[in-house]
Amino acid sequence: MADGSGQALLQFGGLIRRAKVSPDGRALYQIGGREADAFYRDRWSYDKVVRSTHGVNCTGSCSWKVYVRDGIITWEQQQTDYPTAGPDRPEYEPRGCPRGAAFSWYTYSPTRVRYPYARGVLIEMFREARQRLGDPVAAWAEIQNDPAKRRAYQLARGQGGLVRVNWDEALEMAAAAHVHAIKEYGPDRIAGFSPIPAMSMVSHAVGARFMSLIGGTMLSFYDWYADLPVASPQVFGDQTDVPESGDWWDASYLLMWGSNIPVTRTPDAHWMAEARYRGQKVVVVSPDFADNVKFADEWMPAQPGADGALAMAMGHVILKEFFVDRRTPPFVDYVRRYTDLPYLITLRRRPDGAYQPDRFYGDDFKPVVWDSATGAPAVPRGSLGHRFGDEPGQWNLDLGDIEPALTCLGAGPAVEIVLPRFDLDEPGTVRRSVPTRMIDGHLVTSVFDLMLAQYGVSRPGLPGQWPTGYDDPDEPYTPAWQEPITGVPAAQVARVAREFADNAERSGGRSMILLGAGVNQWFHGDTTYRAILALVTLTGCQGVNGGGWAHYVGQEKCRPVTGWQQLAFALDWVRPPRQMIGTAYWYTHTDQWRYDTYTADVIASPTGTGQFAGRHTMDLLAQSARLGWMPSMPTFDRNPLDLADEAGDDPGSHVAGELHSGRLGFACADPDDPKNWPRVFTAWRANILGSSAKGNEYFLKHLLGTRSNLRATDVSGKGEAPEGKLDLMLSLDFRMTSTTLLSDIVLPAATWYEKHDLNTTDMHPFIHAFTPAISPPWQTRTDFDIFHGLARHFSALAKTHLGVRKDLVAAPLLHDTPDAMATPCGRVVDWQETGEVPVPGRTMPKIVVVERDYGAVADRLGALGPLLDTLGTTVKGVHVDVNPEIEYLRRKNGVVLGDRPSLLKDVHACEAILALSGTTNGRVATEGFHDVEKRTGVRLADLAAEHEGKQITFADCQARPVPVITSPEWSGSETGGRRYSPFTINVERLKPWHTLTGRQHFFLDHDWMHEAGEALPIFRPPLDMHKLFGEPRLGRNGELEITLRYLTPHSKWSIHSEYQDNLIMLTLSRGGPTMWMSEADAAKIKVRDNEWIEAVNRNGVVVCRAVVSHKMPEGTVYFYHAQERVIDVPKAEINGRRGGIHNSLTRLLVKPTHIIGGYAQLSFAFNYLGPTGNQRDEVTVIRRRSQDVEY
Amino acid sequence: MRVMAQIAMVMNLDKCIGCHTCSVTCKQAWTNRSGVEYVWFNNVESRPGQGYPRTYQDQERWQGGWVRTRTGRLKPRSGGRIKRLFSIFANPIMPRIGDYYEPWTYDYEHLLTAPAGEDLPVARPKSLLTGEDTKVTWSANWDDSLGGGNEVLQGDPILRKVSDQVRQEYEKAFLFFLPRICEHCLNPSCAASCPSGAIYKRAEDGIVLVDQDRCRGWRMCVTGCPYKKVYFNHRTGKAEKCTFCFPRIEIGQPTICSETCVGRLRYIGLMLYDADAVAKAAAVEDEHDLYDAQRSVFLDPWDPAVAKAALAAGIPEDWIAAARRSPVWDLIMKYEVALPLHPEYRTMPMVWYIPPLSPVVDVLRDTGHDGEDPHNLFGAVDALRIPMEYLAELFTAGDPAPVRDALNRLAAMRAYQRRINLGEKPDGSIPAAVGMTPEEMDQMYRLLAIAKYEQRYVIPSAHA
Repeated sequence: MADGSGQALLQFGGLIRRAKVSPDGRALYQIGGREADAFYRDRWSYDKVVRSTHGVNCTGSCSWKVYVRDGIITWEQQQTDYPTAGPDRPEYEPRGCPRGAAFSWYTYSPTRVRYPYARGVLIEMFREARQRLGDPVAAWAEIQNDPAKRRAYQLARGQGGLVRVNWDEALEMAAAAHVHAIKEYGPDRIAGFSPIPAMSMVSHAVGARFMSLIGGTMLSFYDWYADLPVASPQVFGDQTDVPESGDWWDASYLLMWGSNIPVTRTPDAHWMAEARYRGQKVVVVSPDFADNVKFADEWMPAQPGADGALAMAMGHVILKEFFVDRRTPPFVDYVRRYTDLPYLITLRRRPDGAYQPDRFYGDDFKPVVWDSATGAPAVPRGSLGHRFGDEPGQWNLDLGDIEPALTCLGAGPAVEIVLPRFDLDEPGTVRRSVPTRMIDGHLVTSVFDLMLAQYGVSRPGLPGQWPTGYDDPDEPYTPAWQEPITGVPAAQVARVAREFADNAERSGGRSMILLGAGVNQWFHGDTTYRAILALVTLTGCQGVNGGGWAHYVGQEKCRPVTGWQQLAFALDWVRPPRQMIGTAYWYTHTDQWRYDTYTADVIASPTGTGQFAGRHTMDLLAQSARLGWMPSMPTFDRNPLDLADEAGDDPGSHVAGELHSGRLGFACADPDDPKNWPRVFTAWRANILGSSAKGNEYFLKHLLGTRSNLRATDVSGKGEAPEGKLDLMLSLDFRMTSTTLLSDIVLPAATWYEKHDLNTTDMHPFIHAFTPAISPPWQTRTDFDIFHGLARHFSALAKTHLGVRKDLVAAPLLHDTPDAMATPCGRVVDWQETGEVPVPGRTMPKIVVVERDYGAVADRLGALGPLLDTLGTTVKGVHVDVNPEIEYLRRKNGVVLGDRPSLLKDVHACEAILALSGTTNGRVATEGFHDVEKRTGVRLADLAAEHEGKQITFADCQARPVPVITSPEWSGSETGGRRYSPFTINVERLKPWHTLTGRQHFFLDHDWMHEAGEALPIFRPPLDMHKLFGEPRLGRNGELEITLRYLTPHSKWSIHSEYQDNLIMLTLSRGGPTMWMSEADAAKIKVRDNEWIEAVNRNGVVVCRAVVSHKMPEGTVYFYHAQERVIDVPKAEINGRRGGIHNSLTRLLVKPTHIIGGYAQLSFAFNYLGPTGNQRDEVTVIRRRSQDVEY
Repeated sequence: MRVMAQIAMVMNLDKCIGCHTCSVTCKQAWTNRSGVEYVWFNNVESRPGQGYPRTYQDQERWQGGWVRTRTGRLKPRSGGRIKRLFSIFANPIMPRIGDYYEPWTYDYEHLLTAPAGEDLPVARPKSLLTGEDTKVTWSANWDDSLGGGNEVLQGDPILRKVSDQVRQEYEKAFLFFLPRICEHCLNPSCAASCPSGAIYKRAEDGIVLVDQDRCRGWRMCVTGCPYKKVYFNHRTGKAEKCTFCFPRIEIGQPTICSETCVGRLRYIGLMLYDADAVAKAAAVEDEHDLYDAQRSVFLDPWDPAVAKAALAAGIPEDWIAAARRSPVWDLIMKYEVALPLHPEYRTMPMVWYIPPLSPVVDVLRDTGHDGEDPHNLFGAVDALRIPMEYLAELFTAGDPAPVRDALNRLAAMRAYQRRINLGEKPDGSIPAAVGMTPEEMDQMYRLLAIAKYEQRYVIPSAHA
């Protein structure tokens, strides 16, 4: 060896230690003498491991091991002890993602909120007035009554200047603000926002309970987040119910559509990867080369917002090949039994002699089919009329001897019908035809016949404009027609549709579509969803393990929903609670409505009758409120406490009379009158101003009254818009966010490793616990303790300032109650237009007067109230007497206020939730099923019987994730250890869906659905922001500017805004806000990777760095969701102010069909139905900016 | 024959979702301390991409691993020992901090303490090295998911080798993830590079460690390791590297990166090998033979002669039993779907990879063929989105044959299982076409798809 000396050195190294050197000097084998390893052994040592989880809005619900050493949290790793999913499938372990693994960074990070803070200028005014006046409420009132003082602290919001205060001072000022608002304006001027109870049920419930006890308003989140698929209540009569991720394994064909599973469902992605090895075929629809495309057998790179066209074309292929060319027996059998396809629809004659589909034929909410067996019309059981009629046992899907005919073909003449189309520059119509039948003088056809006409599937002998074949590019909805819209080759669309249906036929319905925000969060996301849902419903996949829709968008299933609901809305003390549709609330109170440059008829169909013509969206919201369709908060232009005092013994008549006379008005008719403003707003478990607030700059300007980057012009002509509506903005958090920066009081919250709570998700069937690894450090407190503290301060002040008052609550017409029959045939009759006196609970909201003992709020917060003893629980129409559980809780938790079960500790609340819910208490589940059995006449209770004696306790949840019990709270079954899939109980036990027909609906016959042209599934393209708002057209506009679609998909490095400020996540990514753009678009405006750019539209401005990538499609940028302004956001070139968050470029657009109510499945329930805060139709101008940035 | 035991890992890249959980849990447990801010014992690279530290695979530049001399012996690429002895005080061939990345933080406190002003407070980035304001221009994972596009990806040393076959435009984008830890090589060039003899390979399980007492901070190991998986702690002045979580392994627990892998793609098991055969196998002339050469040093634990020799060498019985249940053995030797990373570095790495199937089959789609038809499927493997040449450059020194064989087996498994899934008659010709029996194919399917915890990690506890 030439290098002998080096060799000698190495050998010497080996000789002086107890180790073996390999003969060639190549390797050392160390035996013993490992003192030097001590460093790593020491590093890997700990005192205890605690099970907890992450209360973050991600649906993960992952169980974690939190390691603690010397009283300090060191790191976390996933638990791996989930109960088994069975020997022949993978397990749920380990569940977790990099974000969760980085969580403990927050515990001791410099962004941790350690102490209570208040806005300096405000607290100084308050201290001074408090000392002078001696009364906190008087002090607060004085500040509020002085416009200059009020303006001074409002303008300072978000501009630094927070100062440390002590807990008592912070809580006292907050309490005073609440008391003042109730006294002056009414409790409905107070609102709370905290999303997704499933992610930490008790932390949510304690605040919501406080709000509900004082008569405040809880704001919805699911619709507001645009995560609610409105199509779900429309089609299924259900909020959302989806398979657990373990059920993906059962699918043999998986279509991932607008859902980037590896990034957004990280702990569950392995099921998809592994199911491929079982021979599952995977197809991805995504505009970009998303992370899940890596797993796809086929990729359909559809243009953003074009998904509806793709789905309609696939539906065309399935209807033609599997229903017309060949009647596929399992599909036909399924749709006749479980969908509205055989139902008869009346036809309305148009002035031009053609027809339009009109209403479900039949009376009393009992629609009619044609019975082939008898050759006569028949009323199948299971409709809404059977549900709430007076014949028990009729509400089921048992067809008996009825053989519903799918089509009217051969029965009567074909007539020409006119259907809308929205694929052209201007909405148009298409003339096709349907076979008909005449019954009692009514010309009818079937939903199936209408579907074929709508989809353009011809049959011999039917006149009209029909496609000539799949290659017909002009007639909707052929594969060739969709190609220029989506960019996906027609042949691929036809093939995938065929494969999808063929797989469903071969596998018994195991074709699944995994749907996501990329499809859902558009203005017309509901119509797109209906077109997609049609694919799984037509092919008999819904209600089958391994099949159907799987919508995973912000829907964290709060499995023990009943118990949570009782606590959260204080239903044990007072009913009904005040609840509000978030989108309408913010649209109204942030004055975004003032910037609508269009009227509601822009969405109307050419086949409509002009019901939206010339009407502002606010007009429709007001109509929805006065008809009792949707809640409206604040409700009236008067303090509801005063209104209750004057209402007397018959408050309903009084209010109806006052409204009719015009002496009383709805607040939403004049939302900018100071008496109609929201006054106190509390956010906890939420970062609304850094994450979900679509139209962020409108919030800053009008709601908060601080400086903003809003660039749009008020076109309402309603005079000067108010700036600064809120008296108090209060937030609870453990880290600094845009919301805490903008708050008047910031309360330091305990983290997820510092409290007791419960956690569930739709992704797995387990319930498990939060457990403190350490006590809340510094001066932090759990949400539970904070609200109890606030309640004590509130009660002390309220006892004298408010006392015991009556409160008049206006409740909307509710889903799953007889209210859903308030609008026969979906015909809108507005008392304001007819001049009639409104009828509470029928043509206007229900009016209920309740008593509020304001001095007792703190006591009641900590005690399970007596209303539960007499009224029991009712969820989704299922009633249970829970007296055994109340007695159990007395013994488990101890009693307070005499004999009430204690809720004074967070663990007490956990036990109460577990005891009162069917999913966690077998007795409750069984009794609930018995209740449903009475109404349906079908056997159900056996589904829970295997667990009738099982009650899950909090200690069980701490020990290990516990599988939940099959319960009537949900639509699927876990009985016998099967994987959860929605609607399996409906399909297997013939329990109806909660819809008009009791079946899954393709057809929606409400007036407003017709007006929108959306009675049937249809394609509606993205909104044209050039036409609506005068934004530049898409494409280049000038040398160095380009207008692009602006999408905000979810990021790999954060869960909403959570973790986007986490140093570990920032280190693994680009270290701050970035916008992804295609190489082609970047080249057009001469932007290179990592250069600073600005994105501007009328709503605001974003400053960030560019990530240039060939994975992006030309014409679209991604600014990943919830990149807020706290990390590395410089000032904008365009106005010299701090750049905005992702929602600085968006604003709210309310779709009128989302505020329909009082009609069958189109009836309100909280977070169940309401307008979505959609944001994906937006565009933005991008340009390269100066690379010298200032902060 | 000198039997030794090696704890080894296989990662199934076909299942990797690129989530980086492994990196974070490893970082949190081992390297979130000063001096190693920039260090990721476990990192995940997007491929194509430059890697971490960037371009580390360019051995012309970084001089890692071994080269075979004309006489058929191995010497470190960075030069003979004299050369390295003389350059001991000035080691120029080493990534600079900027090749890893300059670690940074933010002035988070400002969010809480900002005085009343005219605009929203913001936390600016600050260098963790200088404490000064900085603009972030590179990170441990800068080109994640094809970020940076062509401008950045042109720096991928592997892509350069195959660039004429690979097109980068949008429609043909391809992507997979490559998680990396220390390879705990049978023939570690880091140990051979260390002038202090501080790097050693544990006799009982082959884990390669740096003796923290003995390390003098020469950093020759950083140069010597072709994977750049030895790091310099600039606070202690010592080298540090992945320890294969030996305090966990010794009590039968998997490494942190494995247990926390939500893609469930990591397998840990024992491999018995003939220590006497390593040097010769690492020095075979043709790089394409290195894959088979390394396999040839592995000893069949079911072979009675091997078991006997192992016992004689002091390997405990339960370790031999564990070697027989080793998922790593099955994936490397039985099913032949796992491949070594860069065998051409001649270090005999012991973290192996199942190549990603990336089954976007454009060619088939465009011609309208049924991708499920097994006959098409085999043809399809050559038409995968990820170019075969790229994978071969990573795993087989450029020889596409073993990669193709592995991918064909995965593809055949899907086709075979699909029929069973749909309740149709199993087609025995499918496993036969890839040289497997239906039973073997079913076992492989269960190991790759169902893979319970106890099957993924077969780790015998240490004997005190």
